[in-house]
Amino acid sequence: MSKFNKKKSGELPAISTASLPDIVFMLLFFFMVATVMRQNTLMIENKLPQADQIEKLDKKDLVMYIYAGKPSSRYSASAGNQARIQLNDKFAEVADIKAFILAERAAKREELVPFLTTALKVDGNTNMGLVGDIKKELREVQALKINYTTRTGEAVNNIE
Amino acid sequence: MARRSAPEVNAGSMADIAFLLLIFFLVTTTIETDSGISRKLPPPQEDNVEPPVLKQKNIFVVELNKNNDLLVEEAPMELKDLREAAIKFLDNGGGTGDEACKFCQGDRDPSSSDNPTKAVISLRNNRETNYQTYIAVQNELVAAYTTLRNREAQRLFGKTFVEMEKNLKDVNYTGSKVSLKEDIKTIQFMFPEKLSEAEPKK
Repeated sequence: MSKFNKKKSGELPAISTASLPDIVFMLLFFFMVATVMRQNTLMIENKLPQADQIEKLDKKDLVMYIYAGKPSSRYSASAGNQARIQLNDKFAEVADIKAFILAERAAKREELVPFLTTALKVDGNTNMGLVGDIKKELREVQALKINYTTRTGEAVNNIE
Repeated sequence: MARRSAPEVNAGSMADIAFLLLIFFLVTTTIETDSGISRKLPPPQEDNVEPPVLKQKNIFVVELNKNNDLLVEEAPMELKDLREAAIKFLDNGGGTGDEACKFCQGDRDPSSSDNPTKAVISLRNNRETNYQTYIAVQNELVAAYTTLRNREAQRLFGKTFVEMEKNLKDVNYTGSKVSLKEDIKTIQFMFPEKLSEAEPKK
């Protein structure tokens, strides 16, 4: 046994954990930078329908979001229980869409304006009448590129 | 002057604090990319424009009524059969002479569409149609076009249309992007997405 005891003098020192905070901080900064906080607080129910023929919307800064759906339970007392449109953080009327699109366009650089896409985030239980009205407004301001935002899944699941 | 030097702060718990923050950001991060069905709306029309005359047989009428029932050419249909029916209509190629379709593999039924470049799918919905039903139908119709485009791309260029579009976006793609773009245009010309949406009825 003495043979083993002798070796003790040449034992490896414990690994220093002093650099552990550095590594963790590095990860922390990565996630802090990569995190995108939700732009809009949703005031409506927004359960998107499913589809599988989808395209990704890559350039986030070139997307304008229009939300629609029934006001969520917190707002149903003040906003009613009919489907409403939400632009930025407010409930809006159909007539407000034009002004919204023009304001979004004005905020972008001029050469990027033709690439702007409108993402329609519409709750699955909305009537097409409202969606049709939105589309009509978009056509009138020449915002013709639209994207019906969906979840990934089988389209058949939409019909219960 | 018996100033004692301040004791050194123990930094051992710094890692714990950093971990705590890290876990918070890990949980709240949603690296989400929105995805959905991309469509292009028709430009606004002047009121006095005569609609172009189309042969009745070149129009495939898909209608959604207010009870979310699907009517294809005035006959009820299940959603799962819609893709097949749309493919059959687009790929029919019943035309003769100038309007003949060389690559179509359909039935060549003279009472259905002449040529994929002539065939129009007309989607009509009611104001009370549910949005998710509408999206399901849109999805199936887009899928019909994609299936046919994939087939022709596979035949002509040896890869599917979806792959070609993916390659076009890929920065590491080694081949020529100019010719790829041309190829994609060729396929799009063979099966143009002619999906017309009528104003919803009350």
